[in-house]
Amino acid sequence: MANYSVEPMTIRILYFAALRDALGRSEEELSVPAGVGTIQELQAFLADRGDVWQALRSGRNVRAARNQRMAQPSEPIMPGDEIAFFPPVTGG
Amino acid sequence: MSVSVQQADFDVGAETAALAAGDFEVGAVATFVGLVRRGGNEVSAMTLEHYPGMTEKALAEIVEQAARRWQLLAVRVIHRFGRLEPGERIVFVGVASAHRGEAFAACEFIMDYLKTRAPFWKREETPRGARWVDARESDDGAASRWDDVDMRR
Repeated sequence: MANYSVEPMTIRILYFAALRDALGRSEEELSVPAGVGTIQELQAFLADRGDVWQALRSGRNVRAARNQRMAQPSEPIMPGDEIAFFPPVTGG
Repeated sequence: MSVSVQQADFDVGAETAALAAGDFEVGAVATFVGLVRRGGNEVSAMTLEHYPGMTEKALAEIVEQAARRWQLLAVRVIHRFGRLEPGERIVFVGVASAHRGEAFAACEFIMDYLKTRAPFWKREETPRGARWVDARESDDGAASRWDDVDMRR
C-alpha cells in the first residue's frame, strides 16, 4: 500500500560554542523540507538561510552529532532526531 | 570504570587511591591531571562549555575502547566545565592495571581521544578580550597514532 499522508519530519537542532555565538541561537525545532535527508543536506539547507548562517557552509570546519554521537556528513536524518552542529572540540 | 562531568573540583589523592582500593591485583596506577595554563600573561581565565548528555556518552565510549585494547582493572575520568582560572584543575584520568605498560598507555590513549572526540570547547579571557580556542591539528595527530597500534602488551 502506498503511504499517502507523509508525516512532516520534525527534528531538534543544537548549536554550540563559537558557532552558537555566530548564529545567535543555541537551538531550534525544524520541520525538515523535502530533499533534506542527511546531515550534509541539512547543513547546506541551513547555510542557505544566508547572512550569519553561512558559518555552516561546508569547508567551514563544522562538526556534527546525531542523537549525541559524532556523525558523518552522509548520515541519514530520522524524525525526532537531535542534531548538533559545533566547531572541532578543544577539551582536556 | 567511571566518568564524571562536573563543575566542582576533585581530590587527586582520593581519586588515585580509589583506583586501587581493595583490589590486590592492581600493580600500577597511572594518572594524568590537566591544568589551566596562564600562557605568559595571556589567559586570565577560561570557560569550558560542554554538550550535556553527549559529553558523558563520549567519555564512556572512550573508556570502553581503552578497556578493549588493554587489560584494565579500573578507570576514572573527571572533566570539569564552567569558568576556571590558571592553576585550576580541568581533567583527571586515572588507570589501574596489573603492570605499568597498560596503565601508562591507556592513560595517554584516553587523553588523546578525549582531546579530539569529547564535546568540550574552551573560551579564553585575555587582555584583548575573550576568544574561542581553535582545535589543534597536533591533537588529531596524537589521536590517530593509536589507529594502527595494537597495544596489548
